[in-house]
Amino acid sequence: MERLIEEIPNFFTIWNVIFLAKAMGVTFLLTAIGCIVGFSVGGLLAIFRKTKTIFLLPLRIFIVFYTEIFRRIPFLVSLLLFFYVFQIIKISDDLFLIATITVCVIATAYIGEIIRSGIESINQTQWDAAAAMNFTYYQTLKEIIFPQAWKVILPPAFGFFIMFIKDTALASQIGVMELTFAAKVLNNKGFSPLLSFGTILILYFILSFPLDRFGKYMEKKLASNRN
Amino acid sequence: MPQIEIKSANAFYDKLHVLKNIELSVDKGEIVSLIGPSGSGKSSLLKMLVGLLIPKSGDVYLNKTLINYNNQSDLRAIREQIAIVFQQYNLFQNMNVLKNVSIAPTKIQKRNPKEVNEQALFLLEKVGLKDKLKSYPDELSGGQQQRVAIARALCLNPEILLLDEITSALDPELVKEVLDSIRLLAAEGMTMLIVSHEMSFVREVSSRVVFMDEGSIIEVNNPKNIFESPKEKRTLDFVGKILKDK
Amino acid sequence: MGYTLVYTQVLEFVPYLIKGAWISLQIAILAFFWGMFFGLILATIRTFGSKLSNNLVICYVTFFTNTPQLVQIYFLFFALPEFGILLSPYIAVLLGMTLNAAAYLCEIQRAGFLSIRQNELDAAKTLNFTLLQQVKYVILPHIMKVLFPPLSNHYIIMTLGTSMAAIFGVEELTGRAFNINSETFRSVEIFSITALIYIVITFIATFLLAIIGRYFFKAKIRIIQ
Repeated sequence: MERLIEEIPNFFTIWNVIFLAKAMGVTFLLTAIGCIVGFSVGGLLAIFRKTKTIFLLPLRIFIVFYTEIFRRIPFLVSLLLFFYVFQIIKISDDLFLIATITVCVIATAYIGEIIRSGIESINQTQWDAAAAMNFTYYQTLKEIIFPQAWKVILPPAFGFFIMFIKDTALASQIGVMELTFAAKVLNNKGFSPLLSFGTILILYFILSFPLDRFGKYMEKKLASNRN
Repeated sequence: MPQIEIKSANAFYDKLHVLKNIELSVDKGEIVSLIGPSGSGKSSLLKMLVGLLIPKSGDVYLNKTLINYNNQSDLRAIREQIAIVFQQYNLFQNMNVLKNVSIAPTKIQKRNPKEVNEQALFLLEKVGLKDKLKSYPDELSGGQQQRVAIARALCLNPEILLLDEITSALDPELVKEVLDSIRLLAAEGMTMLIVSHEMSFVREVSSRVVFMDEGSIIEVNNPKNIFESPKEKRTLDFVGKILKDK
Repeated sequence: MGYTLVYTQVLEFVPYLIKGAWISLQIAILAFFWGMFFGLILATIRTFGSKLSNNLVICYVTFFTNTPQLVQIYFLFFALPEFGILLSPYIAVLLGMTLNAAAYLCEIQRAGFLSIRQNELDAAKTLNFTLLQQVKYVILPHIMKVLFPPLSNHYIIMTLGTSMAAIFGVEELTGRAFNINSETFRSVEIFSITALIYIVITFIATFLLAIIGRYFFKAKIRIIQ
């Protein structure tokens, strides 16, 4: 225990603190980029999935497969798969890029599903009324459905964002310099694992907890507005 | 010349045969009421006319033009002439009353926004909702929502108006105000197809009454004959039961 | 592209992988049930306990739901030895997953408790149900129906979560994929087959859960669409 207390000043050097801050930035960046792309592309997938024309059928089938597949593979396996595929096609060996692309692909599948769920929660009567007045599919989505659906979409989407911060810990396994990898680095350097992993746990908590509280606050507000 | 002509139309909801060999023609300015038990296909008939239900066989003519239900522009064409008011009002929850009424004429029919706005204000005043322009649907009573729905349909300047059980979801006190609005329209010569359970109202405004049961048209006649001396037993049973409940 | 996909070289390892999948399922089921058990205790404390124990549980749950499971296991595996507690990889993973699950399942089960509406209890009381009858005929069925979808969902998440055991050397599905990879270096083939196996087992699990849900609890869950 005394050893631990002795180690603390050695652990929290300026260099280490900056190192950890950078790692935290990488974690946050991975999550944020993943979710922004996930929301945009996922939104597109949700929109195209509910089209009815026969011409878009191949696209619809692709979207269903894509969504179901990437939601049923562990994060770790997806990361490794993309990692090795990138090794073959030799586009880049930037680990952060590979991780980012993987993260975007996965987030798109999950958030796309959340958005689709939100759209489907809007009563068919809204679609009927719009159709009867000659709104096109896209006009209906833009003017009527999305303005109502976002309230249903936002809480689970935000919840996913918070969960995703924790999932990015697995990017450490392909060598991306995010928080978990930073913990391993410090541990390997000889610092006490209690200190290394303990600090990282606290740092994740600092990232996640405020967002979690904000999410709960937002959910309460949306629920009370509805009433 | 009949404005609407339906010949041997059959329609299905999945496997359920909801419209069986429907034959009907409606002249301009006529007010045709559809009566019958629940599930008899009355609403389905209206939905077919506005393109929300595709008939599997049969022909539907609008102003002597055959409608190709597989053709998007044909469907758009019928909706430019026919407007529907749904039983559940189906107002757009994310817009206030004024926007609900004006959005389709402005954005879809691409009319002059100022002109649409004026008409919307006029119509809303006509149905007695002048002071509710900025309210949202969930702030209104059932009767008020239904009147907004009527104003919304009228703002499209349709040739034909379809009314689907528009008083069924209302408290009795609110029914009168809605029926008053319909009487006004009837007096102005709008072609209307009305699905209703309000037998006295049906009798008062209709030029013809159609009795439907289990997807088929059983009998068509003027109101007096349908209510006083129906030809078919089923019509007699239904009319007798309904009038007795009153 | 100087690499061709050769699946035939890897196919012989599929039975080995599938045996690994059984171990993954084992871990998931054990962690899930222990997590349910401890989660239930925690949820009970949260709903009925004193202010102090309530706050302690809140701290526990908040901590475990705001930190990654992977790092929790890293901590158990690497930091506990400092206190003289040495855990085997398998136990560390199981313990980590259980503690994590207990936090999430506590919240899910607590939501179930809270979902019992007073009217239902009143209705049961006016029908002269004894407390036991109330629990059996009104409360339990309702809770089961409400809880089944989120619990099923979390179970699936945990099944996928077992893959991080590979990082600690446990020879479940992903761990075995690692092994084969270091032998044959047919990485893309191996991990794509591994991915496929995960897809299959989650489909089977979702399907079975949907059937159980519908027949026993009248709870509906989607499979696709």
